[in-house]
Amino acid sequence: MPDQMVINVNGKPHAVQAPPDTPLLYVLRNELGLHGPQFGCGLEQCGACMVIFGREAKQSCKMTIADVGQTPIITLEGLIEDGQLHPVQEAFIQDQAAQCGFCTNGMIIATAALLAKFHHPTERVIRESLDGNLCRCGSHIRILRAVHRASELMWGPEP
Amino acid sequence: MSDYSGQSTQDNAPQSASSGRRESFWGELTDELDDWLRIELDGTITAFSGKVELGTGTRTALSQIVAEELDVPFERVHLVMGDTNLTPDEGYTAGSMTVNSSGDALRQAAAEARRVLLKLASDRLDTDSSDLVIHEGVISVIRDPERTASYAELMGGKQFACKVTYTAPLKPPELYRVVGTSVPRIDIPAKFTGQQSFIQDLEVPGMLHARLVRPPSSTARLVSLDGNSIKDVPGVVKLVQRGNYIGIITEREEQAILASQQLKVQWSESPSMPPMADLFTYLRAQPTDDHVLIDDGDVEKLIASSPKQISAEYHQPYHAHASIGPSCAVADVTKDHATIWSSTPGPHPLRGALAQLIGIPIEKVHLIHIEGAGSYGQNGSDDAAADACLLSKEVGRPVRVQWSRQDEFVWEPKAPAMVMQIRAGLDADGNITAWDYHVWSPSHVARARFPGQLIAAQLIAGQPAPVGRFSFGAERNAPTNYTLPRQRVTVHYLTHTPLHASSMRSLGGAENTFANESFMDELASAAGVDPLEYRLRYLDDPRAIDVLHAAAEKASWHAYPALRVKQGEVFEGQGLAFARYENEEALVACIAQVQVDPSTGIVSVKRIVVAHDCGLIINPDGLENQIEGNVIQSLSRALKEEVQFDEFRIKSVDWDTYPILKFSEVPQVDVVLINRPTEPALGAGEPSTVTTAAAVANAIFDASGIRLRQVPFTPERVKAALQERFPESRS
Repeated sequence: MPDQMVINVNGKPHAVQAPPDTPLLYVLRNELGLHGPQFGCGLEQCGACMVIFGREAKQSCKMTIADVGQTPIITLEGLIEDGQLHPVQEAFIQDQAAQCGFCTNGMIIATAALLAKFHHPTERVIRESLDGNLCRCGSHIRILRAVHRASELMWGPEP
Repeated sequence: MSDYSGQSTQDNAPQSASSGRRESFWGELTDELDDWLRIELDGTITAFSGKVELGTGTRTALSQIVAEELDVPFERVHLVMGDTNLTPDEGYTAGSMTVNSSGDALRQAAAEARRVLLKLASDRLDTDSSDLVIHEGVISVIRDPERTASYAELMGGKQFACKVTYTAPLKPPELYRVVGTSVPRIDIPAKFTGQQSFIQDLEVPGMLHARLVRPPSSTARLVSLDGNSIKDVPGVVKLVQRGNYIGIITEREEQAILASQQLKVQWSESPSMPPMADLFTYLRAQPTDDHVLIDDGDVEKLIASSPKQISAEYHQPYHAHASIGPSCAVADVTKDHATIWSSTPGPHPLRGALAQLIGIPIEKVHLIHIEGAGSYGQNGSDDAAADACLLSKEVGRPVRVQWSRQDEFVWEPKAPAMVMQIRAGLDADGNITAWDYHVWSPSHVARARFPGQLIAAQLIAGQPAPVGRFSFGAERNAPTNYTLPRQRVTVHYLTHTPLHASSMRSLGGAENTFANESFMDELASAAGVDPLEYRLRYLDDPRAIDVLHAAAEKASWHAYPALRVKQGEVFEGQGLAFARYENEEALVACIAQVQVDPSTGIVSVKRIVVAHDCGLIINPDGLENQIEGNVIQSLSRALKEEVQFDEFRIKSVDWDTYPILKFSEVPQVDVVLINRPTEPALGAGEPSTVTTAAAVANAIFDASGIRLRQVPFTPERVKAALQERFPESRS
């Protein structure tokens, strides 16, 4: 039996069958059945696999479960609390901020982490924070609109 | 009332019938009503489309069309798409044809069903159908509203058992309540909450995982393979090697990745690629099959005798579809049956190719479409399905194949490189005397209908991709929509392509429009005329004139002379482009406002305005979403994208070596929608892709006086062009 690791995902401990050098992404998707984080490149270049690691948005495609340790992980699914969508998810739906939606996981995760830290980020800060998240369909304009909307939903209008 | 009295059905019938059947080239359209629609006992409507959702919102738009024509609430329509056991064969989801072809077929089917239901109700309620009214799937007598019959009661779970005649009365657009509104996308909430949405998310009981070990290039040959090199990798079920084809099947996904990285394999490569630096000279020198699309005669003579002659050559490099999710497929192949889950845009045609590939009769092969990441044409999805089939057959268990990022970049068919050359004569007033257009391109279509067109079969047999059975796509938008006094348009189809190439969004439409609309700008400049005014001289279609005016007004177009203002250290300019997609589909006018920084060569696009007329608008917000996406993706292609290769292999293998536009580079995009409720609904998945590159090139010229005739407009090219144009100035 390989060393069994326990990781904390969406508020619950999970015993992991995979070896410690397994990238977190495959454990989340295949062992925990979570379909939020997506495999986009496996190279930490595109952001489709992002999760909230502690308080930061991080790519999960190269981070191993040994790296994860006891740091809590939140996935797209874990943003939902008591059946209530996270305001960022609400805002993305209201703005229809996707075409194919494959990259959206990373967009929502990166936005949730950003808005937890900066309640009313400037347009420039938003764009720079999302530069590591690639979208091929060209939904950027809607995504930016949704980030502004989420900021208002979470923290009210800019003072 | 319910039969739309006063509406002429005859006016609609011929046009709709022809547009509904135009795709028959690609599919085998059925006119059995039951193949399109079913009224369920609970009152829901099941509709069937052979098209698939490619992330463009067509599932929502088609459902709107059915709900509208049948007078049922939108939520009651359940649309089944792209399942070879359930849906009609509508060929490929391509060419911005889903809303106009499948939409038209479903609209006609729904209208036919409505007519049948009205007849049934008239019999049951013992009244004339003109005394009936339909509300939310319930038919009632106008003067006695207590007498009703619902669709479900009338059908009682039975089939229609009749034909779609294309003669049923269609609802007049002024009565629309669902079509024309921004119904939110059906698929979006699941995608934003992590519910299973994509082919990548599918898990079939007993499923194994696989990764491929592709050769470094398509002509490489396997020299040696050391199976022992993965013997310490746990979970390996089978290492498959046939010819140059290698796949590894494991219990868990990360095991397949590890094994594919650890496998010791040696390849021999030969220099089979053309020199990238001389690509366009090379393309011009290849054998071609020439098609003269238009020849008004005397073009050469008229150009030669004109006081002014202008010529230019434009270059388009290879582009990648670059789907954000690499291709994936699942197959369960047994001795005599196969089920395949794939994000293919052509479930029915691919089914035939796969059936032959695995040697199972086509009627025993069931292909189910499940969405993948956006594909924008032919990406790796068909080939991944072939991989899943072959590997599943090897182990007799369901296998999920996930391509790596590098697999996708190297092995997806590329959008072809092209050369466009135009010459024109101008008279003393700057008017065009004659126009001579030439384009060199391979076919833009190499979709898999036969096993030999699939990469897996090519690697097994050691054969290259076969030459396409027909040439298609390079003629798209080669002719302009301008009324020119004399013109000749010639397509020189290359009979082979050095890099495997197939359909990408708009096929040759974007490249031809880049050339045509850059050249119109060059002519306007030579004539000393405002580029907008110059185009209007050659347009007589009021819809074309309208989109140009709408864009100009929204963008506050500054009439010639050129803007060419220097703001601090950067130049600012505006550029215009116009096209009617495929010469008869949606009309687009695009204006780009750019800044050019001469010290860095960086082109910053600040704003793009698009005016868009695709006839009747089904879903305004969905349409705007498509247009924004077209603009940003085509801007990325124009500013940044070029597939890199050396004499042996493709060097663009990831997002560092094939960068695309990022958030900090995205401009403001303003869309002006022109709705024409009495005109047919035209597709919008591609038209606004075609105008961006020319609008930006024209804006760069307006800003800085340099003319860029090769995509992409990289800082290096801008700096080199500035240096050439203004050799004395130091930047």
